[in-house]
Amino acid sequence: MNHFNLRSISRASAIALAGCMLFTQSAWGAEPDGNWTMAAHDYANTRFSPLADITPDNLGKLTLAFTFSTGVLRGHEAAPIIAGDTMFIVTPYPNLVYALDLSKPGAPMKWKYDPKPSASSQGVACCDVVNRGVVYADGKIFMNTLDANTIALDAASGKQLWRTKLGSIEKGETVTMAPIVVKGKVLVGNSGGELGVRGWLTALDANSGKIAWRAYSTGPDNEVLIGPGFKPFYAGDRGKDLGTSTWPGESWKIGGGTVWGFLSYDPETDLIYYGTGNPGPWNPQQRPGDNKWTSGIFARKPDTGQAAWYYQWSPHDLHDYDGVNENVLVELPVQGVQKKVILHPDRNGYLYMLDRASGQVLSASPYAHITTSTGVDLQTGKLIYNPAKDPQAGTPVREICPGAPGAKDWQPAAWSPRTRLLYLPMQNVCQDAETYETSYIAGTPYVGASIKQYPGPGGHRGEFTAWDPIARKKLWTIKENFPVWSGALATAGDVVFYGTMDGWFKGLDAKTGKLLWQYKVGSGIIGQPVAYRGPDGKQYIAVLSGIGGWAGTIVAGDIDPRDGTAATGMINLTRDLPKYTAKGGMLYVFALP
Amino acid sequence: MCLRFPDLRAIVVAALLCAGVQQAHAEEARVLRVCADPDNLPYSNQQGEGFENRIAELLAAELHATLQYDWWPQRRGYVRRTIGANMCDVLIGVPADFERVSTTRPYYRSAYVFVTRQADQPPGFDSAAIRSRRIGVQLIGNDMAATPAGHALTRAGATGNVTGFTIFGDGPAAQRMVDAVDRGSIDAALLWGPQAGLFTARAHQPLRMSIATPPAGTPEPFSFDVAVGVKRGNKALLAELDGALARRQADIVRILDAYKVPMLPLPAEGARK
Repeated sequence: MNHFNLRSISRASAIALAGCMLFTQSAWGAEPDGNWTMAAHDYANTRFSPLADITPDNLGKLTLAFTFSTGVLRGHEAAPIIAGDTMFIVTPYPNLVYALDLSKPGAPMKWKYDPKPSASSQGVACCDVVNRGVVYADGKIFMNTLDANTIALDAASGKQLWRTKLGSIEKGETVTMAPIVVKGKVLVGNSGGELGVRGWLTALDANSGKIAWRAYSTGPDNEVLIGPGFKPFYAGDRGKDLGTSTWPGESWKIGGGTVWGFLSYDPETDLIYYGTGNPGPWNPQQRPGDNKWTSGIFARKPDTGQAAWYYQWSPHDLHDYDGVNENVLVELPVQGVQKKVILHPDRNGYLYMLDRASGQVLSASPYAHITTSTGVDLQTGKLIYNPAKDPQAGTPVREICPGAPGAKDWQPAAWSPRTRLLYLPMQNVCQDAETYETSYIAGTPYVGASIKQYPGPGGHRGEFTAWDPIARKKLWTIKENFPVWSGALATAGDVVFYGTMDGWFKGLDAKTGKLLWQYKVGSGIIGQPVAYRGPDGKQYIAVLSGIGGWAGTIVAGDIDPRDGTAATGMINLTRDLPKYTAKGGMLYVFALP
Repeated sequence: MCLRFPDLRAIVVAALLCAGVQQAHAEEARVLRVCADPDNLPYSNQQGEGFENRIAELLAAELHATLQYDWWPQRRGYVRRTIGANMCDVLIGVPADFERVSTTRPYYRSAYVFVTRQADQPPGFDSAAIRSRRIGVQLIGNDMAATPAGHALTRAGATGNVTGFTIFGDGPAAQRMVDAVDRGSIDAALLWGPQAGLFTARAHQPLRMSIATPPAGTPEPFSFDVAVGVKRGNKALLAELDGALARRQADIVRILDAYKVPMLPLPAEGARK
């Protein structure tokens, strides 16, 4: 069935046709894939939809097709997942899953699943109780709960197939990331690094839910799954048990390095790629050493979990930069030679280009205002810190740029192979670590740096940027009042989409960045927009609205704006957000008329 | 422990208290809403077995109010989710200079302590032992947040033999730390005194608890005044509680003694900010 023919049919007859379309599902494979089965669209993490119906010429006519309220008020970071004639959405805690029937008018609910996560997990989660999405594979939906369970559901009925407990909220472990399925294994990582959680990535058998392997981010080689096949590019990453020897004493046991970002997979190298989180929970002076394998990237074999290589973005991470931002797999001409590379926009402010097979850093270019470091030494791979901005207990340090959320946090970029541009949702944030104040957790008085975040140069707090990785520069930038905490979406129609925290969903010309369309939704957007082809043959754009996340905590968590240091200084940055938006989870789906 | 209020002030407070009591009569069943951790001995638990439970009961009786708890674990966001969300009127124990709430007069002062086995001397910050002994310390774990004792260990170069006890885990960190000294897996625990006393007294072998002296030039203090916290601006309740605390100070000290809370003399009234 040809979707171009379908477009000429009236909407009413298209809906009437929807029923018979169910029987032609197998034919869809021959066309550009209209599904969106994993949060990042594909293993390469491009968030590029091959659908081309919506173009700069007609984008201005995009209208609302249908909506759906999730009934949950916290931050909605998930990507809607579409497989065949069904859309699946997961809410923040309590992690409800809804299946919506796209073949019927208004997309009514097909089923709803409530995993009933432990209520106490809410008190453990660091930065709002988010969930970044489910994944569809082989007739199943795989989801994670905040209280660290992974669950398989029958996609048709919503019936639970298996449920495996992966971690313990009593130890501070939560799960917020979107899993992927590679070669019959569901890959899941944990959150909670600053609470003394030891980070891991775990593979579960997709059919049984049994744990196949677990690779820790700290500790001895046999627990990190480092063996004879481990060949890191840089000498500093070679040696026995660096996951213990680069830490004082036994502090690696609570050393962080959690795995809460997006995962990539390259079938050609047969490697999965993912970032590890910041070291924790010690202050940096109490954990001298590189603190491996935190704030870096692992390449591993999906069958065994064995590490192939590793590179550390931020050795001895001083600024809570993490290393979990997405790794986008692309092919690019590098000095005249076509190369398979990883593009990684790190929180530390550098956009890295790595060789996919070896882990060599081909380039590391600043893509934000940076004061905490002066560059990356391509000989050793080392980040060169600026000691003047090192945090010191008892000493105020000002103008730390980027601030703790980094040049870009979790909010994922999109890559268009057509424009060869990486579309980056960003923030523009610096911070001061000032006076020390007394506070009280678990009855223990402590003193903490009073962190205050504020807008970086220019005074705006967010940006949406098109990055040219060949020229290694920004092609265009749109300034936003608030951090752009939503994901980006690129399509073959050469349009890109993102949402703002004050509730605008925007469509741009992918080449020029010209704003062609925008729609005001009910609550601020921090979700991941997606594109799909409906059973009626039309291209749709879907996004969840619902303010929250670290940046939106002031609204979702009802925080007192007078306390600028709450949410680790984020409140000082976003204290006016409640004047712009209120909470509420809602799905919005758009189409051409 | 003696009352340090000048007579005149005590009379004013008493007058205010009378007004409060009369109001309470008028409104009938008065309720004192207290937010507390449901499982954080020796402070509080849901069974009412902690010393803050006992102090809450005492204050409620003194205000002729029925005690009502809202339970929430003392984690990040505790103040925001409890008193900030109007779930309660009172937090029983907060640092006296805690800016997120209004605080009463401090009703006790305690300090960080070393817990060692009876035969062992506590390691001093001025000796090399601070770096060679196996020392346990509580970990808060966010940005530069650490206990004052944790910061002092860092400055003293004590990193290699220090074990961190996170606030998450099975039971209170203080209990796990004292157990570790008891078992011999660490030589000393450096922790907040009010948490140390009860677990030290319950250990299998005799343990020693010594007030820790901060190294010279340390910016963070090792000892803190503890006060009752109310929602910012609730001056009427603050005045009532100040009066109740003044009059029942001796009883409060008896409760703290029963829970082996190490106490330092409270600074003179004028010395506080």
